[in-house]
Amino acid sequence: MALTIIDACVNCWACEPLCPQQAIHAAKPHFYIDATQCSECSGDFADPQCASICPVEGAIVDAAGIALNPPGSLTGITPERMAALQLKRHAPTPLHVIE
Amino acid sequence: MAITVLNQGGKTALTGCAASSCGSSADALAQLPAALRAKINNHPCFSEDAHHHYARMHVAVAPACNIQCHYCNRKYDCSNESRPGVVSEVLTPDQAVKKTLAVAAAIPQMTVLGIAGPGDPLANPARTFETFRQLTAKAPDIKLCVSTNGLALPEVIDELCQHNIEHVTITINCVDPDIGAQIYPWIFWNHRRIKGRKAAEILIAQQQKGLELLVAQGILVKVNSVLIPGINDEHLKEVSRIVKAKGAFLHNVMPLISEPEHGTFYGLTGQRGPTSAELQTLQDACAGDMRMMRHCRQCRADAVGMLGEDRGQEFTLDKIEQLDVDYAAAMVQRAKVHAAIEAKRAAPAPITPTAPLVTLNPQFRTSRPVLMAVASGGGGLVNQHFGEANEFLIYEASSRGVRLVGARTAGRYCHGPAQCDDSSAQRFAKILRVLAGCEVVLCAKIGYEPWQQLEAAGIIPNSEHALESIETAVAAVYQELSANGRFSAAAVATQRRSA
Repeated sequence: MALTIIDACVNCWACEPLCPQQAIHAAKPHFYIDATQCSECSGDFADPQCASICPVEGAIVDAAGIALNPPGSLTGITPERMAALQLKRHAPTPLHVIE
Repeated sequence: MAITVLNQGGKTALTGCAASSCGSSADALAQLPAALRAKINNHPCFSEDAHHHYARMHVAVAPACNIQCHYCNRKYDCSNESRPGVVSEVLTPDQAVKKTLAVAAAIPQMTVLGIAGPGDPLANPARTFETFRQLTAKAPDIKLCVSTNGLALPEVIDELCQHNIEHVTITINCVDPDIGAQIYPWIFWNHRRIKGRKAAEILIAQQQKGLELLVAQGILVKVNSVLIPGINDEHLKEVSRIVKAKGAFLHNVMPLISEPEHGTFYGLTGQRGPTSAELQTLQDACAGDMRMMRHCRQCRADAVGMLGEDRGQEFTLDKIEQLDVDYAAAMVQRAKVHAAIEAKRAAPAPITPTAPLVTLNPQFRTSRPVLMAVASGGGGLVNQHFGEANEFLIYEASSRGVRLVGARTAGRYCHGPAQCDDSSAQRFAKILRVLAGCEVVLCAKIGYEPWQQLEAAGIIPNSEHALESIETAVAAVYQELSANGRFSAAAVATQRRSA
């Protein structure tokens, strides 16, 4: 039972100091969770701490690969609306697309 | 430097505020108690006059954040971009201390080290306070300050005091949780993510408590507010009244930055930022109650240099790692430079024959207020070539005097590498947008072509006051053009209407 940080991570450090098991490590290209140390905070906190502060939707997933913060859960913008907004944007270079 | 008074015998009870109560101008500062004056005398963000002479730097040691604001995207990093929350590299406390000493030695007029992110400094207490602890010991001639969203503030007041921090900035966008819920989607609080109105309620309570505790400790508090049209614009007047009543020293209302390219909630959903005129109107409305900051440049969390300039690229990690700074020697040099700056500031402003300052002819009392843009490279002087100016200080001249009302940047927003190399026509169009509402541009020099372009746009270029003090020059031009009837109440220029 362990959580995983995937490549949507923006390396913002918010999760790292909160982990009760010190399972989160700064790394490149992005932070990672040592699966042998991660307890999903069970016994320590009601909610996994990393996923409770992570500002990026989809960056932390469970063992089944399901996002703890699915699209729309943090911004309040549903995936359908987000797709429409992205289309409406007429910036020439989408350098910083939100997943 | 004294405020330039055009019409001492004139009526002062007009709309808006008297010059002496606006901004942290030199004149307003003269009314403060000596101890307070000493605290802000060389702080470029707390004193408008100081920002002409002294520089600041931010070190990006605080990446984590404990809240989400709709105007922030934690993903963004572009070295061409200047706005809060953006940095090029996050530093460890040791690296930050090394960088600070290197900058302090190379830019002796740098007096203030701030920690402002790119997340929230107090959500990174270990990194933030380790940086402060080392700098308190190693660089006692540098003022330390911190900028926070306030959520973790009440719990760290004692620690802030230990590190000799005299200046704190809290970003307070609202005091009403219903408005807060439209600005903050969530906070991280007591090990839970809290969303909606409840989140805003907690954040607001913590901010207000933090403000009260800081004031009780004698720490100067500046309140930053982001002006979000349609969401908190009218509400900010109430914010200003409340924070003043609680003892905040200065209120800085900043325009929302919400370019779609930034990928923020507001950027994506089309929430617009305020126009320059809307910003100034709100600042003026708050100014009746509160000392307002007008010279903010909304700088990056790793900015280095005078406000409005960023010399961060001269002090990247690979460059500073080779350096071995003798800080004891640097401190001696810094003290000399500071003394020279203070001597210059103490000297009376030179009065030129073209600028008789006081007692306007009564006919000018009917002249309306006029905005003038000034190209200045620092020192409080009209000393920059028009073509080199990336930003303009905006002054308002009226029969009651001259005051700074803002600073506008032509090249702040990055729209991606494809648009970073503007053609001169694009650049000029951008500058014209920046100058909206201004009727005169004062600069040290200007080429023939831009001179003609400005005139065609209804703006009067003027380079006759090169190297004069800004306020003296603005007063002289206002007087001269008023005498020609240019600014009589009836003669409203097209520029003014289109602002």
